[in-house]
Amino acid sequence: MNTFTPDARAALGHAGLGRRDFLKGAGALIVGFSAGGLRTAKAQFGGPSPGAPAMNRLDSWIAIGADGGVTAYSGKEELGQGIATAQAQLVAEELSVPFDRVNLIYCDTALTPDQAYTAGSQSHPANFNQNNLAQAGATAREALLQLGSKRLGVSVDQLTAADGTIRVKSDPLRAVSYGELVGGKKFNLTLNPNAKRKPVREWTVLGKPVPRPDIREMVTGQFEFVHNVRVPGMLHGKVVRPPAVGATVVSVDESSVKNVAGLVKVVVRKNFVGVVAEKAWQAIQAATQLKVTWAPGVGLPDQAGFYNHLRTLPARDALLVDSGDVDQTLAGAATVVKATYLHPYQMHGSMGSSCAVADVQGDKATLWSPTQGVWYQKSTVALLLGLKAENVHVIFRRGSGCYGLNGADTVTYDAALLSHAVGKPVRVQLSRKDEMAWENYGNAYVMDERVGLDGQGNIIAWHHESWSPSLGNRPGPGTPGNIITGYLAGFQPQAFAPRTPAPPPTGFNNNNNGVPSYVAGGVGGRSRGTGTVKSELVLTHTVESPFWTGPLRSPNRLQNTFAHECFLDELAARVKADPVEYRLRHLKDARLIEVVKEAAKAANWETRPSPQPLPRKTGVVTGRGMACVLYEGDNGYSALVAEVEVNQDTGRVTVKRLVACNDVGPVSNPDGLRNQIEGGALQGLSRALGEEVTWDSEKVTSVDWRTYHTLPMGFAVPKIEAVLLDRPDAEATGAGETSITVLAAALGNAIFDATGARLRQIPFTTERVKKALAARG
Amino acid sequence: MGFDPTLNGMSAITLKVNGRSHKLDLDPSTPLLYALSDDLALNGPKFGCGLGQCGACTVIVKGQAIRSCITPVRSVAGADITTLEGIGTADKPHPLQRAFIEEQAAQCGFCVNGVILTAKAFLDKNPKATEPEIEQALSGVLCRCFASVRMLRAIQKAGQEMAR
Repeated sequence: MNTFTPDARAALGHAGLGRRDFLKGAGALIVGFSAGGLRTAKAQFGGPSPGAPAMNRLDSWIAIGADGGVTAYSGKEELGQGIATAQAQLVAEELSVPFDRVNLIYCDTALTPDQAYTAGSQSHPANFNQNNLAQAGATAREALLQLGSKRLGVSVDQLTAADGTIRVKSDPLRAVSYGELVGGKKFNLTLNPNAKRKPVREWTVLGKPVPRPDIREMVTGQFEFVHNVRVPGMLHGKVVRPPAVGATVVSVDESSVKNVAGLVKVVVRKNFVGVVAEKAWQAIQAATQLKVTWAPGVGLPDQAGFYNHLRTLPARDALLVDSGDVDQTLAGAATVVKATYLHPYQMHGSMGSSCAVADVQGDKATLWSPTQGVWYQKSTVALLLGLKAENVHVIFRRGSGCYGLNGADTVTYDAALLSHAVGKPVRVQLSRKDEMAWENYGNAYVMDERVGLDGQGNIIAWHHESWSPSLGNRPGPGTPGNIITGYLAGFQPQAFAPRTPAPPPTGFNNNNNGVPSYVAGGVGGRSRGTGTVKSELVLTHTVESPFWTGPLRSPNRLQNTFAHECFLDELAARVKADPVEYRLRHLKDARLIEVVKEAAKAANWETRPSPQPLPRKTGVVTGRGMACVLYEGDNGYSALVAEVEVNQDTGRVTVKRLVACNDVGPVSNPDGLRNQIEGGALQGLSRALGEEVTWDSEKVTSVDWRTYHTLPMGFAVPKIEAVLLDRPDAEATGAGETSITVLAAALGNAIFDATGARLRQIPFTTERVKKALAARG
Repeated sequence: MGFDPTLNGMSAITLKVNGRSHKLDLDPSTPLLYALSDDLALNGPKFGCGLGQCGACTVIVKGQAIRSCITPVRSVAGADITTLEGIGTADKPHPLQRAFIEEQAAQCGFCVNGVILTAKAFLDKNPKATEPEIEQALSGVLCRCFASVRMLRAIQKAGQEMAR
């Protein structure tokens, strides 16, 4: 308990969540924070972060209480994607206990292993394959069978484990429960890499559509988000952000808020300005009223010319593939096709603006944060406040869906700075504008595609070059300046180092899906791509961004896939090939081929070239489009068919039906997977049709839901069908970012199929659609 | 009247929430949302935008779904206010809440307050609403996870039960 401030301890006690009680409630009695206790035992084995429970120790992952209750610890958190339920299923399955006997605790720096961020569709790969939580479950089950064998005097092969009990196969009345075997004691075991996992075909809990228990709490208003954390004596903070990008504080006139009732303090640290008051409404009034004199900002590049501007900036260049013969092959090609695709900055635009509670007293800090990385939050808050990292305790509490690096980390810094200044617990929730104007946006992109075709219309060379602006990122070790609050408080974002020319690629890495699916991916004498085209070059230019940037659901992958998959259809149209047939002609990866075929089959895909023979150039026409991807080059196969209506008079695009086929390895929870596929596809639709960060000469101007255009709840929602391929023998992949990755391309291809108009710039606003329709001539 | 001016701009204000009266000492211009979340410790209504644009803060007053983030407490003093907690419980959920559980109609869950209460106020008045009418009624509510397919399905299902 020594990492809690007194108020934090009281708050947890008030909520019935004192550490000791917490574990008792879960049936576990693995107490002991004294010198010989659990934390010390864990610490001596080391871990990714100092003080984190050792990854290779079973007790870091699983504890069994005297009543047979199972407490599991994970470094992968629930963000609304359903992973908590899937992880509890995993533990129940591997341990052979009922689902509702598993209590999963995730992302608390006093309790759980350091699994870095919950991000990048990595929770399944990290915890469901032959490692970490899955392996802990299997190790524990084998250990329990061994203990049962000794207790019952029967060899292990004569025993079964089910419902938390070891039984003699021939005499089921001879039995001993897990609680009786190890309840309240530590296992004291290292994870056994050879412990046998349950074969997928024997699953009884995994693979089932187990409902999420948290949904009942959410829909009845019982669920506690970070927004509902209430610490005794808690004050309310508000930040005062600069009026322009790069504006700096000249002076702060504290007398301007003298009359605000309940005001506790005005806090200034370099360019960070905030207020603390007794009540939230008082803090808002003080923040609004506070007179701050700012020096002008740095000025922003003209948005109208921004994409061309990116091409002129100093860049850090990287080559993903380079067969060395692309120029030569293009020179000898029967036809060369070129196109440029544009993608704007987009924002996470969380439904709830970000919120955190910090309690900094003396040299200790407790933070309730919706961060995706509690351990990085711990080390960077220590830097920010000048505390020892071991005295900073970060407890994940769920925020509004983040979809990547939204304001979660920055608002935690805000709360930490304000609490540090007043020595009392402070809650901060950002205003809508402060959330939207200063978050780390998803990257803008300029993508040039250039392909050579032979006389038969086959692709013989593919040249791809992209420009993308970047600034800051997740606040990794030592970089609180990667997000706005850290920067305002005096820290710098990670350094940008231009580099030209790019060194040759040393290994094939398609993590950003920069390499199109149709090329061979040849690096170092091996071809690890999913396609057949051997003449290939992918060159990326990262340039400095005027805005903070960071991962937004399918970062870089969505942008690259939009360009590659639309361009593939442009090529198919050029040679009058059916888009599905043309994909299959250039793919070699069996699993990617299968999702393409299955999606086409489920959609009753009509084989013919695009565009459809256009009946007329006015009124409503319909069309269909496809796109596919092997997400991150190795993390989930996805193909999507979109069917659209386009009103050629108004430019309005209406999606009628989406058919998504996914191969994610063995499916841990089919309903959870469907939920992700559906939500990802529709979020992708919103991003493709309307979402774009806008700015003027000094500041961001898309700062609320009137100026940043999301689809509302009740838009004409298309029918969505998800086809899930069963791959019991494959490894588990992520699934949260696949359908969103292919949506924009499938949509662009469907609009082209319907109208013959090719859209190469997201979002596909009605104005852009009308312009593209007019350009048909 | 439900409020009396006192010192420092604060007033004694009576709020009737989910059938219970609460006497609070508040600046009468305080948006209702802060009284509900901070003073009454309710988790249902949420701050999404503070501008009345997203629906996360929705409560029902006199049968109308209103945005509590832009509603000063003085304007609802003494009125019957219903929050998400007030329409059903985990053990005895309202048909809408039950349908959302059955359809697993949520992801992060931050928007469900606005979605369910907006749907409830609408269905109470329009028990025979069609699918397009329901979509229209929800056009002012946001869900950024886009669990829309499930939510609309759950609302349809609950609507049929509520109409019986």
